[in-house]
This record gives sequence, C-alpha cells and structure tokens, in this order.
Amino acid sequence: MQSSIPTTPGLGKILMLVLARDLRLAVRHWDQVLQPLIFFVIVTTLFPLAISPALDELRKISPGVVWVAAMLSSLLALESLFRPDVEDGTMEQWVLSGQPLSLLLLAKTLTHWLLTGLPLVLMAPIVGTALGMPQSVWPVLVATLALGTGSLSVLGAIGAALTVSVRRGSVLLALLVLPLEMPVLIFGARAVDLAMHGEPVAGPLNLLAALLLFFVSLGPFAMAAAMRISVES
Amino acid sequence: MWLWFHKLSSPPYAYRTAGLMRPWLFWPAILLMVIGAVGGLVLAPEDYQQKDAFRIIYVHVPSASLSLMIYTIMAVAAGVGIIWRIKLAHAVAAACAPIGAWFTVATLVTGSIYGKPMWGTWWEWDPRLTSELILLFLYLGYMALRASFDDTQRADRASAILAIVGVVNVPIVKYSVVWWNSLHQGPSISKLAAPSIEGSMLWPLLIMMLAFILYFGAVLCDRLRGEILRRERNASWLSESLASS
Repeated sequence: MQSSIPTTPGLGKILMLVLARDLRLAVRHWDQVLQPLIFFVIVTTLFPLAISPALDELRKISPGVVWVAAMLSSLLALESLFRPDVEDGTMEQWVLSGQPLSLLLLAKTLTHWLLTGLPLVLMAPIVGTALGMPQSVWPVLVATLALGTGSLSVLGAIGAALTVSVRRGSVLLALLVLPLEMPVLIFGARAVDLAMHGEPVAGPLNLLAALLLFFVSLGPFAMAAAMRISVES
Repeated sequence: MWLWFHKLSSPPYAYRTAGLMRPWLFWPAILLMVIGAVGGLVLAPEDYQQKDAFRIIYVHVPSASLSLMIYTIMAVAAGVGIIWRIKLAHAVAAACAPIGAWFTVATLVTGSIYGKPMWGTWWEWDPRLTSELILLFLYLGYMALRASFDDTQRADRASAILAIVGVVNVPIVKYSVVWWNSLHQGPSISKLAAPSIEGSMLWPLLIMMLAFILYFGAVLCDRLRGEILRRERNASWLSESLASS
C-alpha cells in the first residue's frame, strides 16, 4: 500500500494563503479596518480647531499634521495585528509549522499595510487639501506616505510582536514604537515641507526608500524572534 | 580565556567579583572627579567667548558620551545574553538601563542649563538635544517593556530584542535629527590629533571622562549585585554565602 506522504505547499503558496486569509478576515470585519481611517480624519480635524481656521496658518503645519496623524493611526491599528492569531492559537501553529516565521509575519505585515497604510496614502491628499496644502504637493505627499507607512508597519510589527503577550500592551506599544519611528517622520514631513517651498525632494525621498528597504530586509528577523518569545509560555 | 568567561558568567562568582571590584572603581572615580573638578572649575582659564558658562561641559560631555556608551554596552550584553543564553549578560543589561537613563537625564539637564545663558532659552530643538531626548525615550521604553513581564526570563529575552533593534536605530535617529540645521557647536574633542580646545581646558575634561567611566563601573557593580540577589533569591549558594558572612 502506498502511504500518502503529506506534501507541504511551497513557500510562495503559503505566503499567498496568509495574504488571502488575512484579507478575507478583514473584509468580514470591515468596520475594524475603517476605524483607524476615521481616527486619521478626526485627528487632523483637531488641529484647525486647536490652532486656527485660517488656511494660511494651517498650510505651514499641514505636512507635519498629516504625517503625525498617519503615524498615530498606523499605531492604533497595530494592536490587532497579531493578537487574535496569538489568542486563538494560530500563531503557535505557525511557529511549529517549520515554515520561516519571519516570512509569514512579513506577509501578515504586508496585509496590514494594504489595509491601513494604503488607505492612508490614498486619503492623505484629501485631508491635506482640507488643511490648505496646494495640489502640486500631492505626488510628493503620496510618495512619502507610501514609502513611510511601509516602514511604520514593519517597525510597528516588531513592537506588536514584542508586546502581544503583555496585558494592556497598547500604551507600551506606543512607548516602544514611536521613538523608533521618528526618523521616518522627520524625512517624510520634511520632504513634503520642501515640496511646498518648491525645493528638490529627491534627498529625503531616497532616504525614506532606503529606510524602507532596510527595515523590510532586517525587520522580519526581529519580528520572528520577538514572536517566538511571546508565544512560548 | 573561555574558562574565565564561563566562570565569570556564573552568578556566585560574578556576585563576588563585582563586590571586590566595586571599591577599586568607586574611590578612584571620586578622586579623579575631585581632580577634574578642580582642574576644570578653578585651573582652566575662562573661555574668551562663553566666559565661565562653558565649564558645564565637564559634566555635560562625559554624561553625553556615557549615555550613548551605556546603551551600546546594554545592547551588546543583551545580544550576548540572547545568543549564548547567558543569564548573567541579561542581568548586566538590566543593570545598565537605569544608569544610562540617568546619565541621559543629566545630559539633558546640564544641556538646558548651558543653553539658558548661551542661547537664551532653556530648551532648543537642536539636533543633539533632540537625539538625546529620543535616546531617553528608548531607555524608558526598554525599562517599561522589562517591567511589563512577570517572568524574568521572558522579560530578559523580549527586552534584549528591543535593545538590539534600538541600537541599530540609534545611528539612524542620530543622523536623521542632525539633518536639521544645528545651533549646537561642532564637537571639539573628537579630533584628538588636533583638538580645537586648549590643553589646559582639555585635560580636566579627559580626567572627568575617565572618572565618569569608573563611576559607571562602580554603580554597575552595585546594580549587578542587586540584580543577582533578586534573580537568585531562591538559590542555595546565596543563603550559604549570606549565612557565612
């Protein structure tokens, strides 16, 4: 009798499965996906109320406001990145599965970016315009956020993996992740600011891209190491 | 060499060694601090531009370099701990964090005291002050993560990863912040070959630097002993050595 040897699917297949699963889960809980985006809009609304309704004044701070709001809402969404999977035991199976955990977590982070980062990127021009940002800046704003939110997702995922087993980890998560994210904020907001003054932005954009590549290439290892510690009890 | 290393990594041996080393670090540190203080506050001439206000560098500069050095030591200890699974290395990392955080606070406080007469403000969003502030946040995050685990071993390993991620990030933070325009003067002693600081001002600074490093060693010994006591509170060697002493 020929025994059927269970064949493990290839890595590419597995990554696609992880992506598809997370996307399907997100579609079924679409309200949770929406929450960080609403938060993004609300935070940006606070600034005109707090500072001044005059567009001239708001325009000056608009790059910073959009960037800080994007950072905070990306942080808000991190809480649910790994927690459900750790709580229902899925993550434990992943750790035991023999597949490279770093790549599985990177795939999850990519989904997270598709669901929280990408909508922010698309919404940013609208929010920016509401703060008096000229239309000519749109491409730069979108480019900085597209590059920057990727870095934010990876750094945030490391923090989320570290704090996933901690009760009430969300404040701790912010404490750990925000200082690490500051360079991204500096380059991102600075590039938009430069663009508003009609100056060349290639420098900060290149640096943002470099940071993204750096974090994407090394971050998954830190994520996997952190997740192994969090899952083993 | 490896035998010595393994011996040192055993808690009883490290506990005793730290106790023996402490006075040899502490008293020279105090002595050098007195010499450095006299040299810096009395003997060194006034700066032609900054008058007496520059004298705060004798505390500010050593604190600043130690705040970075300790973070590096902490991350290296954490890395050693996580790679070779040496518990004592984790204890060293845990002992380093509060010391480093306090040196960072000292740097920020002396920096803003210096800033008041020099720049006219207590706080200036200057790259070095800002990156020092971010360093303080990194220390605080590290300590917060460590404190949030009940289990010491998990706290050790999780915070070790944070320390390693942080130390990779420190240069990035540093350079991204330097990207702003700086009010802060350029470093004056990093180029030791041709320093732009006069000899009579320089030697007290170097002595202070050495004194601070020794002082850090002494405090580290103390904290390490405390850390070992806490971790090994149920170990038999500890009750034996406490009973015999």
